[in-house]
Amino acid sequence: MSASAIERMKFEDALAAFEPVLGLETHVELGTASKMFCSCSAEFGGDPNTHVCPVCLGLPGSMPVVNASAIESTIRMGLSLNCSIASWCRFARKNYFYPDMPKDYQVSQYDEPLCVEGYLDVVVATDDGPREFRVEIERVHMEEDTGKLTHAGGDTGRIHGADYSLVDYNRAGIPLIEIVTKPIVGAGELAPLVARAYVTELRDLMRALGVSDVRMDQGSLRCDVNVSLAPPGEPWGTRSETKNVNSLRSVERAVRFEIERQAAVLSSGGRVVQETRHFHEDTGETTSGRSKEHAEDYRYFPEPDLVPVAPTADWVEELRGTLPEVPSVRRARLQAQWNISDLDMQTLVNAEALDLVESTIDHGVDQAAARKWWTGEFTRIANEQGIPLTDLPVTAAHIARVEELIADGSLTDKLARQVFEGVIAGEGDVDAVVQARGLVVVGDDSTLLAAIEQALADQPDVAEKIQGGKVQAAGAIVGAVMKATKGQADAAKVRTLLLEHLGVDG
Amino acid sequence: MSVTSEADLVRQDAATLSSALSAGDITSVEVTQACLNRISAVDGTIHAFLHVDADAALATAQDVDRRRAAGEELGRLAGVPLALKDVLTMRGVPTTCGSRILEGWRPPYDSTIVERLRAADVVILGKTNMDEFAMGSSTEHSGYGPTRNPWDVERIPGGSGGGSAAALAAFEAPLAIGTDTGGSIRQPASVTGTVGVKPTYGAVSRYGLVALASSLDQAGPCARSVMDAALLHEVIAGYDPRDSTSINAPVPDVVAGAGNGDIRGMRIGLVRELSGEGYQPGVRESFDKAVAMLTDLGAEVVEVSCPHFDYALGAYYLILPSEASSNLARFDGMRYGLRAGDNGEASVEEVMSRTREVGFGAEVKRRIMLGTYALSSGYYDAYYGQAQKVRTLISRDFAAAFETVDVLVSPTTPTTAFKIGEKVDDPLAMYLNDIATIPVNLAGNCAMSVPIGLAREDDLPVGLQIMAPAQTDDRLYRVGAALEQALLDKRGHALIEEVPAL
Repeated sequence: MSASAIERMKFEDALAAFEPVLGLETHVELGTASKMFCSCSAEFGGDPNTHVCPVCLGLPGSMPVVNASAIESTIRMGLSLNCSIASWCRFARKNYFYPDMPKDYQVSQYDEPLCVEGYLDVVVATDDGPREFRVEIERVHMEEDTGKLTHAGGDTGRIHGADYSLVDYNRAGIPLIEIVTKPIVGAGELAPLVARAYVTELRDLMRALGVSDVRMDQGSLRCDVNVSLAPPGEPWGTRSETKNVNSLRSVERAVRFEIERQAAVLSSGGRVVQETRHFHEDTGETTSGRSKEHAEDYRYFPEPDLVPVAPTADWVEELRGTLPEVPSVRRARLQAQWNISDLDMQTLVNAEALDLVESTIDHGVDQAAARKWWTGEFTRIANEQGIPLTDLPVTAAHIARVEELIADGSLTDKLARQVFEGVIAGEGDVDAVVQARGLVVVGDDSTLLAAIEQALADQPDVAEKIQGGKVQAAGAIVGAVMKATKGQADAAKVRTLLLEHLGVDG
Repeated sequence: MSVTSEADLVRQDAATLSSALSAGDITSVEVTQACLNRISAVDGTIHAFLHVDADAALATAQDVDRRRAAGEELGRLAGVPLALKDVLTMRGVPTTCGSRILEGWRPPYDSTIVERLRAADVVILGKTNMDEFAMGSSTEHSGYGPTRNPWDVERIPGGSGGGSAAALAAFEAPLAIGTDTGGSIRQPASVTGTVGVKPTYGAVSRYGLVALASSLDQAGPCARSVMDAALLHEVIAGYDPRDSTSINAPVPDVVAGAGNGDIRGMRIGLVRELSGEGYQPGVRESFDKAVAMLTDLGAEVVEVSCPHFDYALGAYYLILPSEASSNLARFDGMRYGLRAGDNGEASVEEVMSRTREVGFGAEVKRRIMLGTYALSSGYYDAYYGQAQKVRTLISRDFAAAFETVDVLVSPTTPTTAFKIGEKVDDPLAMYLNDIATIPVNLAGNCAMSVPIGLAREDDLPVGLQIMAPAQTDDRLYRVGAALEQALLDKRGHALIEEVPAL
């Protein structure tokens, strides 16, 4: 592939000349048992076209029925985003032809969303310390997901040029919640970080609510990033809409790239085209997609097959009572409880280890040890394997057991790492790995003494040095003993025994 | 009942057949076979049916006979044959909606109506012809050729449910199911001398009814007598959780209504706006005589005004096409039915476009274009939005009228059956057939068309429309039964007996 032809301006220069305005549209697939308008399973995956029925296939004559638990989840999301909940609202049909939509219209909400006018506070780290931004929420509404197309043949992976396309309607009708921000202004050079922090905070909030598994890698959390630039004080510029940016890091990169790209276009006298753009994970660039200069007319009108949604005030208040602690409040609480620094907390958050650490501590592990394992050893392994930390097969119970073994002297730190290596490799739980790999501290004095005597016999000059007062020379003997015990001895204990044996004070 | 021949058997109404079946005088197989034979004999001329499933019908009939013989308690309509409008899904049975675009599609599921009919052991003979996707008033817009009116085979049987109405009038079936979006049950009933009821919106589940205009569509019973319509109404109506717009309340006792023709003291309103110009003199005359009968029967007849009815047709022809343009989008050749233009080179859009070009008829395309336009950005408020306001005003007109009267009446249609081909190229003239029936669909209340005689100038049937408030469908049957009895007393036989021999 040839070098990118897309002109970019240096980020700092771009920000010196232009003010960015952001807008984020986030789609969250709800984790309801059944689909939005029928009783088919909403589970991810499954053999193609097995989670389908006349309703989600849009067969002639079929009719939708609203999933009450999707409404409930949406209201809880709206409340947690400080939104007002509509006392009466309707679904609308969004009409357009595309083969991933069985009815050639999508049941969505248009001018009557269920939740409106909220906000989410996010914190970004700056050189001057943490800074809080309030991201205002315009609306939270419900819709149905589309089917999934796979295009075979052709080079683009798009429908045009494909030899044929396959469609899987398992995803069609899965409840989808769209959360739309108001324009985010004034973030300046922090714009990419604010975007990332917003999506992160939103994800944590959804997870805390238990309404979705919010897996960006599986598409249950999808983000469209709108960016426009204008010189300070000027009216807002034309925006681009970068679709399906599917990781937190990509959100940040996509915003940064668009700022750099648009700045280059504008400063060379060009015009930003209103269009959708595609983000490429490999290059970090966006490329032009569909032009939106002539906006598609979706011919929205109220869905006549459904009755209005009218949640009672009592129900809304009841749901308000089920809201979990807001993630930012929870972080502050845990930080105080564990008595750790801002930096330590940030490390945990960046490593996405907060839940794991909390759960580990709940299993009786000391907070410092819990943090050390998750942000150190396990983060390293997860990065090596290229998987999220949560996907490692290590549990809080495993760590608790290992720490127990360390505390009673059966394991050393070094051995403990080998135990986890075995656990992660699927060799069984902690005790099974210890057993199978024979990972036990050689603690029996007679065994150790025998090894010490052997080492001293092998290195008589060292024994003399120690006895002559050069206690630091003991290291050579300890090293030999550790080698002889294949590292399974407690080095400190070996040293003590050695010195005792030679009648020297440590 | 003493039945001397098959010819007699097919002329019996459902209530009579029901009694004879339960008395063991006849079997369901006999009745079903008689209907099938009649279909074989006359449907080449009438073309009421698009699909006849003789084997399935006889199998059901046999099963009913066997269970009846075994002493099983069966429903009132068990073993009685019925013709189903081809807009309702039935598992494994072709469902075309009168359109070439659905040719060969066999739905994998039963509509709720079919489920209810099966549960009631009604024998479904087959699927009846209709204007394509129920768009039309003559059945000439069927993709499979027109249905003919048994009263005069050169004339239309009404539409869109011309097949169901003609099947009744040609004695091919004693019962039929229709659907009514702007008059598609009542107008065919009127021009074929049969009874047709559009129940209250939400009374009969729409699940499995291929939608024309979701907010207007309502399935209902078609029959040769008021009591038969009531018996069928009772079977198909009732709450269905699969249709969100279904009414979750007890069904009014329509059978009791049909059994009680006493209208003494009832207040009946004549709608001034549904009686002016454009009504054929013979229709007008028959209607006036029927109103006089109502007075004679002890009802108090007054004139009422529903001023916004004048705007009903205009509003209807914005709302219906708007909803239809969206409902019919799914017929794109991707998943079922016709696929055209898939030559290995064409893009998906080209295949969709070609499929719709060749699969839909002119009237369907006309309405899709109208609806697409009316919903377009910049036009929505002026068209769809305004039409919804008119709809509200029409509902208020009804509400105001029903403050003072129990039911409203009008001629069902402005004219008797017109000639095939007469209006097919004049959409506006065609649309005007539904001028009196449309307001009820817009407001969501209920109405019935009941035969009241033959027009002086052409000896063709005239129907009277009875309109009642939502969820008082029983009132329709009460007034309908009164008129039916008065007419029977006057003529000495049912009007339907005067259908010429085919």
